[in-house]
Amino acid sequence: MIRVLVNAEPIDIATEMAAIETGGAGAVATFSGLVRADDGVGMLELEHYPGATEAALVTLAETAVARWSLLAATIVHRVGVMRPGERIVFVGVSAPHRAAALEACAFLIDRLKTDAPFWKRETRGSDARWVEPRGSDDAAAARWQA
Amino acid sequence: MAIDVLYFAWVREGVGTGQERVDPPAGTDTVAALIDWLATRSPGHAQALADRARLRAAVDQVFVGADASILGAREVAIFPPVTGG
Repeated sequence: MIRVLVNAEPIDIATEMAAIETGGAGAVATFSGLVRADDGVGMLELEHYPGATEAALVTLAETAVARWSLLAATIVHRVGVMRPGERIVFVGVSAPHRAAALEACAFLIDRLKTDAPFWKRETRGSDARWVEPRGSDDAAAARWQA
Repeated sequence: MAIDVLYFAWVREGVGTGQERVDPPAGTDTVAALIDWLATRSPGHAQALADRARLRAAVDQVFVGADASILGAREVAIFPPVTGG
């Protein structure tokens, strides 16, 4: 079961977890990303490419389900305006055993960072700037090349 | 042949709009050629599209390289490297 959600609403982990803990799963692995208050960031804005974003996330989830024989894969990504401490992304997967669940969860968040069309803009005081991509993210995504 | 061009993040801000319908001249066959032509449309376009190494693109919502064909495309998006997650 694949679930992909991109919207401006706060991420409700309890609801997402309940959907992931489906029959037959012996293992659930999740990742939550929160907005950091790096160097005085007061606000984070997330822009995305509607339609293409959801398609990219569904493709990633389908890849993970096939590669690790998952029972469920959920990706929830918030867009719009967020504050430090708020959840920006949630990834959750279930599988019969822990190794598959843990690996698939890491795969999804690593590849989401390079494959899905989102853009972050940080505001510090009155200074807003677009976040530059990090080489470490490319390296993290590349280790999943099959 | 009219194409919808979408811009995101700082490319959108530099161009001054998130979407425009354009009719590039015959021979504008690739993403790179389209960007070359778009850059001539205004100073904002020229500035936003100047650093080609920092631009990425999608044709009909499929991520592609600069040498990809746009023939028959309905929608081309131009944007910076992604920074989600």
